Amino acid sequence: MAPAASLDLESRAWIDALGDDGVVRDDAVARLHALLLRAARFEVARRRPALPHLRGNELDDIALEAADDALVSVLARLEDFEGRSRFSTWAYKFALLEAAVKLRKRSWQGREIPLEPESWSLLAARGSSPEHEAEQSELLGSIREGIESVLTPHQRRVLVAIALNGVPIDVLAERLGSTRGALYKTLHDGRQKLRAHLASQGLAVDRAEGGNRHG
Amino acid sequence: MDERLRRLLGASGPELTCDECFAELDRYVELEVSGTDADAAVPGMRAHLEGCPACGEEHESLRALVAGDDA
Ligand SMILES: [Zn+2]
Repeated sequence: MAPAASLDLESRAWIDALGDDGVVRDDAVARLHALLLRAARFEVARRRPALPHLRGNELDDIALEAADDALVSVLARLEDFEGRSRFSTWAYKFALLEAAVKLRKRSWQGREIPLEPESWSLLAARGSSPEHEAEQSELLGSIREGIESVLTPHQRRVLVAIALNGVPIDVLAERLGSTRGALYKTLHDGRQKLRAHLASQGLAVDRAEGGNRHG
Repeated sequence: MDERLRRLLGASGPELTCDECFAELDRYVELEVSGTDADAAVPGMRAHLEGCPACGEEHESLRALVAGDDA
């Protein structure tokens, strides 16, 4: 852990109280739970418009479960807190993560995970001008060809599910018995192969990146 | 870049992993909210946030929460 001097006063007070015993610690744990619950409810409120099928009490339960799980994570990782941010910011991220993961899983519960392209029309060109559209069409056509020819079956499934069909990475990880980190590595390796495939065809992705970044 | 291209190809250049992103997220957000050059302080973070929808969502939420507290 970082030396005491590097912690701001408020963060220091949190660490001291949580490291105390008896009523001081109990009080700090209760305040920490309230802070985590506020962050979890914040996340639930942000995602609510995208989850019209979830009832209010179900969302309240998700927020409470997220706060409970985040409390366990934070207390188990207190030693990792180095004071590189305020304690509250550091703690918030655990509650937001727990809430976000639970909401993504809940919204995909009972749904089939599409591992094949639902529709290649998602890759239809939509250019702002005929020249731009032709350029984009060539790029997207080559990406489709690359997905079918240069990726391994696993890379193809992961890239299609996440990047084309919009399946959340943690939902996919659970269904495939994998982890978020492992799947992101697979996604990243697949993307590198696709970029190499485009480059081998003389297609300039970076020009598309630079040219359309703000458009 | 076209949103679909970004989702398919991610950002170019080196990027953090999901675990590294989570480890740096609180520091990165505080730098952003305080107007400091967070991307210079945490190289590879921006590329990961652009390439990883889940980390991108969690980043936006933390930034909104912290900015709201500071307002
Ligand atoms: Zn990530």
